[in-house]
Amino acid sequence: MPITMPWFTKSRNLNPESPINGTESSFAKPVSDQDVSNTPPLIALRGITKRFGDLIANNDINLDIYGGEVHAVLGENGAGKSTLMKVIYGVNQPEEGTIQFRGRDVQIQSPRDSRDLGIGMVFQNFALIPALTVAENVALFLPDQGMVLSRSVITQQIQAISERYNLQVSPSARVRDITMGERQKVELIKLIMAKAKVLILDEPTSVLAPHEVDGLFEVFNELRRDGYAILFITHKIPEVLTSSDRITVLRHGSVVSTGAQRGITGDDLVSMMMGIELEAVSPRARIQSDIEYDSKKISYQREAIGSGVRAAIEFKDVWTTIEDDPRGLHGVTFKVMPGEMLGVAAISGNGQQELGETLLGMVKRKSGTILIEGEDIKGWSVSSILESGVSYISEDPISMAMVPDMRVDENLVLGELDNYNNGGVWLDLGGIRERITNALKTFPLQLAPHYMPVNQLSGGNVQRVILAREIELTRHARTTPKVLMAYYPTRGLDVITAEATRKLILEYRDRGGAIILISEDLEELLSLSNNIMVMFQGNIVGEFPTEAASIQEIGMLMTGTNK
Amino acid sequence: MNDIWLVLGGTLTGAVGPGISVLYATYGELITERAGRINLGIEGSMLMGACFGFIATVETGSVTLGVLSGMVGGSLLSLVLAYLVIYRNTNQLATGFALTLFGAGITAYAGRTYVDSTINGLNPITVPILSEIPKLGIALFEQDVLAYIAYILGPVLFLGLHYTRTGLSLKAVGESISVAYAAGRNPYMIQIVAIAMGGALAGLGGAQLSLGFTHTWSEGMTVGRGFVAVGLVIFAMWSPLRAMVGAFLFGGAIGLQLQLQTIGAPVSPFILDMLPYLIIIFVMSLWSRAAARAMPEGLKGVLRATT
Repeated sequence: MPITMPWFTKSRNLNPESPINGTESSFAKPVSDQDVSNTPPLIALRGITKRFGDLIANNDINLDIYGGEVHAVLGENGAGKSTLMKVIYGVNQPEEGTIQFRGRDVQIQSPRDSRDLGIGMVFQNFALIPALTVAENVALFLPDQGMVLSRSVITQQIQAISERYNLQVSPSARVRDITMGERQKVELIKLIMAKAKVLILDEPTSVLAPHEVDGLFEVFNELRRDGYAILFITHKIPEVLTSSDRITVLRHGSVVSTGAQRGITGDDLVSMMMGIELEAVSPRARIQSDIEYDSKKISYQREAIGSGVRAAIEFKDVWTTIEDDPRGLHGVTFKVMPGEMLGVAAISGNGQQELGETLLGMVKRKSGTILIEGEDIKGWSVSSILESGVSYISEDPISMAMVPDMRVDENLVLGELDNYNNGGVWLDLGGIRERITNALKTFPLQLAPHYMPVNQLSGGNVQRVILAREIELTRHARTTPKVLMAYYPTRGLDVITAEATRKLILEYRDRGGAIILISEDLEELLSLSNNIMVMFQGNIVGEFPTEAASIQEIGMLMTGTNK
Repeated sequence: MNDIWLVLGGTLTGAVGPGISVLYATYGELITERAGRINLGIEGSMLMGACFGFIATVETGSVTLGVLSGMVGGSLLSLVLAYLVIYRNTNQLATGFALTLFGAGITAYAGRTYVDSTINGLNPITVPILSEIPKLGIALFEQDVLAYIAYILGPVLFLGLHYTRTGLSLKAVGESISVAYAAGRNPYMIQIVAIAMGGALAGLGGAQLSLGFTHTWSEGMTVGRGFVAVGLVIFAMWSPLRAMVGAFLFGGAIGLQLQLQTIGAPVSPFILDMLPYLIIIFVMSLWSRAAARAMPEGLKGVLRATT
């Protein structure tokens, strides 16, 4: 079974009363498939086609959405899921096709039109104002109710909805102080209070810890009982199987399949999503077997190395802020040995950004030391840290690690220009191109043409350029790998490229590099890392060998639930 | 010893008068910045208010018309800024500064024949009972009508900002234009209105200066009070109530300087003239993390928070 996520079934046992618990056959479905097909759909899309220039984002799409159903839209990155949702919400206008709402044709020209119809959308990056309170954010979106802002009325309304749908938030809390999961709840409360009947959610689980995902699906369940239609985008198959009544799979902008969730397996969905036979998607299986082999080798290495070898990188009691400031590092201590990978699990904004920024000196340390191969890097410049052998895959490559207006090849050699000026002023452009071509001959990822400016590349293509530079091209990375700090290395990549990238990273480690891997994908962290470190509000709240880690425990630690 | 008490008492009495014009300008800049824009032309708007308020009073004999003219003059100048920064997308700091210089020039020209004019300006109104409070009474309650309006305006702005939908819309625009738009607001119209109101309040401050405080017009008479207001908005962390504290601090510094000159303190008057501005520089250095957090998100591109 190439695609299984054992952790997901495990995490479902968190709440035994949960209606979404248990096996699929006992799955609570107040509206049966037959009921659904007998009632007319709330929204019916017919022949929707949306183009961006030459790209056909949505091609002749038919889709029915019923009240009282949870409808998952599944597809790879770039399959056209978000575009389709934005067509329904009125952000995108389709070139062809019609939309019917409750049986009559409607024109949805703008989000205002869709809101008037009772269609609401929760975007991935929420439409909330961090500086304002929850109640103020909700009030901002309510239709006008007079001049004076009645906080008590709005607070009461929020509390009523919170209780009804299990959406606990504190109305007086400032949005910047609440978690991503709570922000999502605020968005849902906003839509419910604005009388939306169709709720569209764009990748709602991507910002959540595992047990929060379960909570969200319980909320879906409650909403479904009250006749809401829930339409959500995801690319995670187990979620689809646990939470939805019906599933629509998109590939290359077209509907591959739409139908009841019952009876469909994860393997079916993968082959529909990818449009290829399962054997071709099995690099994950290969990696799994590599891991077994590797972890044996690593433990063997560790024993052989004994205590005589220096850590490749070591943080000793590093502080960047005072204790009661949740942003920053609070006494972070860890080390990574050569040939070892440390996975950092944390929800965005809990100190994982500061790890890298502190290493490069962009964030100043209040106290503590950072050692690279036993040498204190105090006072080192960013360039001397990078030259000492640190490869860095940045969280935000386009603004942190690239010059957006420069071409692919220029960006590839950005850090090593001194090697190409032949001691003079002029760059040896021919030499650069030759070296890039040679060095990348064996590189498994397809790069964009060398003459393209990187700001014209998609996120996935930018990521490939960074990977090529930091893992393959830089001289020390090829010959004597030392330290690789990798933020979300597979973000924006399709499944196959992502697997190839994971292999690249594993190879870097096996050549003796020490890796700090920061990823939102817990499965990826667990399948690659030797050790897992969990951070919450700048503190290390858990550290254990991967074999001893459970997703459930990591999820609890990540959200501070155990504190 | 007696001298010190004399100076302190005089400072207190003198703190309110010079503070009122700055307070209006601070309110104006505060509304502008809450909408996510910064207006360095506020100094120019104050000069417009001082000059055209004075001219209108001389020509019509009506102080009320004078005050209104001052407000119109101030808001016209700020509307030029609104047009340039919102529709022409110019740099806010450079545009504001240019408009201050333009305001200084045009008022110097328009006001050149009025320098020796005399007016029957705004006169102090003594509030019964309240003015008999020891020490504070005379300082606070023997002022012109615009001072009393300024006292009330602080709490009114505070309530308006936090307890009305208009205030919520204003704050939302200052934090995120896209969210405000998604919530069905017209962000640019809100910003234009906020900038115009800001200019009108600065003009009112200028009018208070020439009609209520000095009863004369002279070229460049605001001497940087508009820029002081920009600093005070940051000191006030965008709160109208704290703005009152800041403005009276500045007023107090001017009062202290006048007192020291009166008793003939052995310090060069040029040094004493710098005192209020030194205090403003000191106040700005109190810039804290809290102020950075309070800053409307929309300003951060222009005024980089340094934390």
